[in-house]
Amino acid sequence: MRDVAIIGVGSTQFGRAQWSLLKMMCEASHDAITDAGIGERKLDAVYVANLGAPRNNRMAGLASALVDRLNLFPAAAETIENGPASGASAIKHGLHSVASGLCDLVLVCGGERMQEVNNFEATEFVSFLSHRYAEYVYGVTLPALAGMFTRLYMERYGLRPEHLAMVAIKNHANGALNKKAHLRIPVTMEGILTGPDALNNNPWIAEPLRFFDCCPVSDGASAVLLAPAARAKEFQRTPVLIAGLGQATDTHAVHERPDPTELTAVRLAAEKAFAMAKLGPQDIHVAELHDAFTILEIAESEEAGFFEKGKGHQALERGETRIGGRLPINPSGGLKARGHPVGNTGVSQIVELVLQLRGEAGDYQVPNQPQHGFAVNFGGFGNNVIATVLKRGV
Amino acid sequence: MSPPLYDWDTGESLTSEEERMIDELEAMLRPPALPMAPYPPKSILLASGEVMVVRQASVDEVDAMLRYIQPLVWLDRDYYDIVAARLFAELLGWKAHRVRDEYCLVGVIDGVLAGIVNGRMFDAKHGISFHTLTLKRGLRVGSHLFASKMEHHVEYLGQDEVWIVAESPIGHRRWMIEYPLDKKFEIQHELGGAPSWVLTRDTYFKAKSRLVTGTRPVSAELLARSYPLREPDLRTMLVQIENTLEARL
Repeated sequence: MRDVAIIGVGSTQFGRAQWSLLKMMCEASHDAITDAGIGERKLDAVYVANLGAPRNNRMAGLASALVDRLNLFPAAAETIENGPASGASAIKHGLHSVASGLCDLVLVCGGERMQEVNNFEATEFVSFLSHRYAEYVYGVTLPALAGMFTRLYMERYGLRPEHLAMVAIKNHANGALNKKAHLRIPVTMEGILTGPDALNNNPWIAEPLRFFDCCPVSDGASAVLLAPAARAKEFQRTPVLIAGLGQATDTHAVHERPDPTELTAVRLAAEKAFAMAKLGPQDIHVAELHDAFTILEIAESEEAGFFEKGKGHQALERGETRIGGRLPINPSGGLKARGHPVGNTGVSQIVELVLQLRGEAGDYQVPNQPQHGFAVNFGGFGNNVIATVLKRGV
Repeated sequence: MSPPLYDWDTGESLTSEEERMIDELEAMLRPPALPMAPYPPKSILLASGEVMVVRQASVDEVDAMLRYIQPLVWLDRDYYDIVAARLFAELLGWKAHRVRDEYCLVGVIDGVLAGIVNGRMFDAKHGISFHTLTLKRGLRVGSHLFASKMEHHVEYLGQDEVWIVAESPIGHRRWMIEYPLDKKFEIQHELGGAPSWVLTRDTYFKAKSRLVTGTRPVSAELLARSYPLREPDLRTMLVQIENTLEARL
């Protein structure tokens, strides 16, 4: 197995796209290819991550279309659909291709254009991820699952609404610094929880989750270019090594888990990724976690081993997860503020970590030259999870 | 004392008889007016921690509002163009005394215009909602202002019903579904288009705790800071809507 490096990254503005899904993916891919400076070299393969295009955009075979639009012939092309974990899944396929020696230069692009349909339809199509006969038919949406999960978590670990709000406040503050973020609006505790008008500003979505506990419905595309680490010096940017990657699954229906507050797949995926990287949680300097709901950032930070189970909210209180804290989490704004174009998210998390490790994140750069980054891309409600460990340099 | 009227065709000042005829004609062109209770100002603490004063706008402020919303007439996103164009006409009509019993409320953050809502009294018991224009997005400014408009109709103007249509999907979700409003399709709303929906007193009071908010009284100092209306940051708003739109300004 060869080591694999990320040699170029690119991404569009998140939010509402003016352009088509394909054009967004072209923009992100072009940026990644230009960033790497591959010159006349040909790409061997293109992997595209997407969840909703056939339904929301009336498009299928996105990878073939991307190759055609960017004139990347005769690169192999494949579209990967793995729920909200599609992005990291596509990176995993790219990693396998390069690590095995089958390919040298591989483009991985994630893209989603969700605002082509209204919010009801967007929530509906994401709800297809739930168990059809145990959850979906009863009207259980992803926010509903997250609401029930949060209720149990609060009862068991003493988490309070203030802790959820702290995640939103932190990630909105970070997103305000990120020019490509969907929501660049700082929010305050008084404004969303304790003030006289908070309930109107921040209404219930799925109690105890409120509006500002949920990620927005976003459009966006991101891309990374992979190459053998041994060849990384041929290209113009500081390479970032995919040091570890782990994937794990869990039961489809959340209620079938022995303890629904345990995100076992996150823990197992993280353990595998750390083992492959020969690193531990204590070695990580920056993380991008899948905070589709504020509770998930706290829960994932515990399952990944950064904090003891049930203690993640205390670290949040101490400011350890802010930019400048012991372990900055979601300096990009996370899904909460940068946005969550579902199939793209796993790729965008890696793009953000690469920018951090290269020291190019601008206003939201984590200080002290971070060397190791970590991402969790969380599929379904934790039934298919991919964790990735990145390392600056090769 | 106002200057004498001038006949542009002949280059001569008008006679007093001619001036009287014009005044009479103007009086015929102006609609009759119902007495309208004022809307008492209130303050709302937004999610961002900023305080928005919601207060009644005066006719003297129409020129500034027209200047600020004029660029949006060309913004073909989220129905800003149609809403801004029609609101522009309604405000102009209000200033020129060509719309009957119109009022306008504004949301103001540190003097900067954050949103505008307007409507009018159809008669003593029925109100007509015109438009809601948000100039600072992502903080439910439009939702707060629409709720304030309903509050004005029901609680201060003392009306039984407000007739409402939506011109955008966002508006339909916010008003028809979120309150929820009732269909009143036998009424043709004067904005044209879709038939009316209606907010009744009953609907309003059921939704009030959920959707209507704000603190009264507003301190004199805070209220004073809401004058004069300052230009909204449309550049930031356009980037929020879509990054590439910034070039439109």
